[in-house]
Amino acid sequence: MKPTNTSDPSHFHKVVDCQYACPAHTPVPEYIRLILARRYTDSYMVNWEANVFPGVLGRVCDRPCEPACRRQRVEEKPVAICRLKRVAADNKEEIKDRLPIIPTKKNGKKIALIGGGPASLTVARDLMPLGYECTIFERDAQAGGMMRTQIPSFRLPLTTLDSEVDVVLDMGVERRFKGDVTSMKAVMDEGFDAIFVGTGAPSGRPLKMDGLEEAGDHVEIGINWLAGVTFGHIKKAPKRVVVLGGGNTAMDCTRTARRLGAQEVKAIVRSSYDEMKSSEWEREDAMAENVEIIPNHTPLRYVVEDGKFIGVEFDRVKTHWEKGKRKLISTGEAPVLVECDLVLVAIGQDASFPWIERNLGIDFDDWGMPVLNKDTLQSSHEKVFFGGDAAFGPENIITAVAHGHIAAGSIDRFLNKEKDVNAVPVGEYSLTSQKMGIHEWSYQSAVSNDPRNTVPVMNLEEALANIDAEVELGFDEKLALSEAARCLSCDVQTVFLGERCIECVACEDICPMDCINFIPNGDEDDLRARLRVPAIGNDRDIYVSGELKSRKIMVKDEDVCLHCGLCAERCPTGAWDMQKFLFKATQIEVA
Amino acid sequence: MSYLKSKFHHPKLAKNDLGLTYRDYEGALSTLCAGCGHDAVGAALVQACFELSLEPHKVAKLSGIGCSSKAPTYFLGKSHGFNTVHGRMPSVATGASMANRSLKYVGMSGDGDTASIGMGQFAHVVRRRLDMTYIVANNGVYGLTKGQTAATADKGSHTKKGEEILWSAIDLPTMALQLGATFVARSFSGDKDQLVPLLKAALCHEGFAFIDVLSPCVTFNNHATSTRSYDYVREHVEAGNIADFVPSREEITTKYAEGESKDICLHDGSLIRLHKGKDGYDPTDRFAAINAIEQHRIKGEILTGLLYCDPTLRDMHDFLGTTETPLNTLDEKTLCPGNHALAGINNSFR
Ligand SMILES: Cc1cc2nc3c(=O)[nH]c(=O)nc-3n(C[C@H](O)[C@H](O)[C@H](O)COP(=O)(O)OP(=O)(O)OC[C@H]3O[C@@H](n4cnc5c(N)ncnc54)[C@H](O)[C@@H]3O)c2cc1C
Ligand SMILES: Cc1ncc(C[n+]2csc(CCOP(=O)(O)OP(=O)(O)O)c2C)c(N)n1
Ligand code: SF4
Ligand code: SF4
Ligand code: SF4
Ligand SMILES: [Mg+2]
Repeated sequence: MKPTNTSDPSHFHKVVDCQYACPAHTPVPEYIRLILARRYTDSYMVNWEANVFPGVLGRVCDRPCEPACRRQRVEEKPVAICRLKRVAADNKEEIKDRLPIIPTKKNGKKIALIGGGPASLTVARDLMPLGYECTIFERDAQAGGMMRTQIPSFRLPLTTLDSEVDVVLDMGVERRFKGDVTSMKAVMDEGFDAIFVGTGAPSGRPLKMDGLEEAGDHVEIGINWLAGVTFGHIKKAPKRVVVLGGGNTAMDCTRTARRLGAQEVKAIVRSSYDEMKSSEWEREDAMAENVEIIPNHTPLRYVVEDGKFIGVEFDRVKTHWEKGKRKLISTGEAPVLVECDLVLVAIGQDASFPWIERNLGIDFDDWGMPVLNKDTLQSSHEKVFFGGDAAFGPENIITAVAHGHIAAGSIDRFLNKEKDVNAVPVGEYSLTSQKMGIHEWSYQSAVSNDPRNTVPVMNLEEALANIDAEVELGFDEKLALSEAARCLSCDVQTVFLGERCIECVACEDICPMDCINFIPNGDEDDLRARLRVPAIGNDRDIYVSGELKSRKIMVKDEDVCLHCGLCAERCPTGAWDMQKFLFKATQIEVA
Repeated sequence: MSYLKSKFHHPKLAKNDLGLTYRDYEGALSTLCAGCGHDAVGAALVQACFELSLEPHKVAKLSGIGCSSKAPTYFLGKSHGFNTVHGRMPSVATGASMANRSLKYVGMSGDGDTASIGMGQFAHVVRRRLDMTYIVANNGVYGLTKGQTAATADKGSHTKKGEEILWSAIDLPTMALQLGATFVARSFSGDKDQLVPLLKAALCHEGFAFIDVLSPCVTFNNHATSTRSYDYVREHVEAGNIADFVPSREEITTKYAEGESKDICLHDGSLIRLHKGKDGYDPTDRFAAINAIEQHRIKGEILTGLLYCDPTLRDMHDFLGTTETPLNTLDEKTLCPGNHALAGINNSFR
């Protein structure tokens, strides 16, 4: 194999599992170390730079980073990355003086941002400091998108949301709120230099079955119902509620219903429990509030007898896999009737663009979704960009933020004559040695054995009594520090300098995880098979050196490296060094 | 400074017949200099004991004084150990072995500990063919006392300060051969592919097994004019043969053409399978071995591999007819057979 090219950041970037998995590439270990040093405001700003809404995301992020966390592979459970973010947000001090300076002299370019959700807000956050004039068009009276209208306040307090949304708006964004955009042409005619569409995926899918019409207002679309709760139109739920669907929206419906007085709340899903779409923790939280989850039930019809709504009838099914495709097969048992007073349908949402005229040069595919360049998010109309749920269908906040960054970068390049919109930069990075003394490092190299800490929660009765009460209380400082110490600092890379190595094999011997190998070269499969512990079945890149004096090479399996630095401490020649790889996908000047 | 190695280990780490991983055979975190060859020797021993599925409590480590003699703290943390005085490990090992034959004895010594102060004891333990594995971690210096020249340093090579070595080196494998060792090998700490099978064979050999391991001292003897540096040793080793260790329970599947390989069957039924090196010779011929070592030395090469092995020769316990039962488990009746046994002995002198 050829030696790994470490001047290309991609090898080291992939080693930082959490950061790599984060759509916005938040420098996770960097902010966790700052928490460990109790530098909460600094930690917050590292987050803010990358993800714009640390207080929000520290509570409700879908956290794709956690399933990727290395700690899960070497111990049991991932670092509570998300909840540590909340620690930074909860304990931060004033940040005004650290925010980027907004030029008073504008660059003369005007940008329209349609929809005021996290995607558009991110574009504004990135472009305002560069001198662009941004205008947000929003149907509702306030910005925030589904973070405001859908995510219940017992998970995300309004104060948290408001403060982070305001930071962006206060950069001088022009607000055209309380007005539906009904014509893209009209917006275009206003002469904007670029238009970003961040209108989300706001249409909840209905479930059409027998009895729907007769059932009347006993059946509601989940996301509309949640918005009704947010806006105060809905203040009560009946005693028995059935939620159809097993995603995160369904879980929010169940928990909201519990708070509005429902006593028997059931989430009924077609799939098996393990295949449910919701995150494991969302299910656990719902069940902790006495929500019953019933898997393997396919709805058949809404039951209305003599004009009276009775409930929903289900067929019992089994999951069957055929050629990698899931099939639900009836068990043949008699249908079951689940009696209830209200059905909330939470089986998916779609983006739709009835307000975009089809003759403007913006192409749509067969499913009604815009045709986009995936790397730039530019549509077939060069001035129009899409992001968030409006781009590829419903995802989550952090994906909307990541799209916002990409689109902002594309818009900036598009409007800069010297730049090529398609020349997407890889991001900036630096590598800094962490060596302080012979065996001293400027990061916590010792590996903590603590198991994952659980976040304290409010007592159930109290939580159910007040819909706005935040259920999770957050880590206190002691728990936060213990949790932060669990992070392995995967960004502190083991950097190998082959020309210094004398092949004493001390590093190979000391490594607690058997990562390091000195073996004759071969092709990749062959190398992987010949490692101390074969690296077969993990798709992580291996780190390969050039030929050493004995004609062997050094091969490191990065998969379970603890970043403990013992290899570097044991090396007599400094052939290993521990270097912090700080990767930033976004460039914004913060103090 | 890290004082601890994480107890986390690779989730796919192999287990041996006892259900242990090699990590279960490790000792405390080493305090030797980073890059010391002795740590690699320890790691090779850990690997050998793990692969042989030795029960840790069935092994005893013995040593004298020196960095090498200190090294047993850093391997086999769950085995017995005795750090004796300088050069006196052989007599303590002899006593221990007399009292309990059922343990495997591993002596870890240095070139100072063996070839200087301990020379007398070394000569006699070889001559008596004590059933043990005797390792010398040979670095050409007294590492622990800051790098004075050892008796194994090559004549004409230079100390770190630039002084020429005036005296001829003592070649420990040659001495061991002359004094009656029944297993003699030489290896290099930086070559575990060679060292681990040799250690396994030595541990399974009944009788005195001697291994001279070139084990560079990074701090006091790794300079350009040394003949014990990593670079020098790596460039000058010449493997006389390549030894594979085949445990008794393993079916032998690989076949070699006539003349290509040679098997030596050990007491416990395991095999040493030898593949010839460049100028391979017969390791069952003691004279040829002594000759080959000297020939290579004259050429400026260091001959490594299994130099000699004869598993048929008797060891000390065979000569003395000692009991197989550890003395601490002999009951009172056997230990004190009473008046009539004494009468019998007395009668034999009349
Ligand atoms: C119940 C529920 C719970 C969720 N929970 C989570 C969670 O815990 N974590 C998570 O990460 N994600 C969650 N999500 C998903 C997340 O809210 C979205 O993925 C995210 O908000 C998408 O951001 P966006 O900017 O693309 O669009 P949105 O947030 O949907 O914002 C779009 C905005 O555009 C406005 N708009 C739309 N059309 C027009 C128009 N024609 N004119 C003017 N304005 C218009 C809308 O009013 C809205 O304010 C949840 C979603 C739902 C439904
Ligand atoms: C009776 C006695 N004499 C001298 C010493 C001092 N001393 C300690 S270690 C040592 C030499 C050790 O050399 P070696 O066996 O080669 O071990 P190394 O440190 O090189 O591995 C000496 C002379 C001692 N400890 N005891
Ligand atoms: S251990 Fe820390 S740096 Fe490594 S993946 Fe987990 S959170 Fe990220
Ligand atoms: S930092 Fe070095 S010693 Fe520690 S686990 Fe990684 S490779 Fe092994
Ligand atoms: S410890 Fe250093 S010199 Fe020794 S093998 Fe490892 S990298 Fe090479
Ligand atoms: Mg020595």
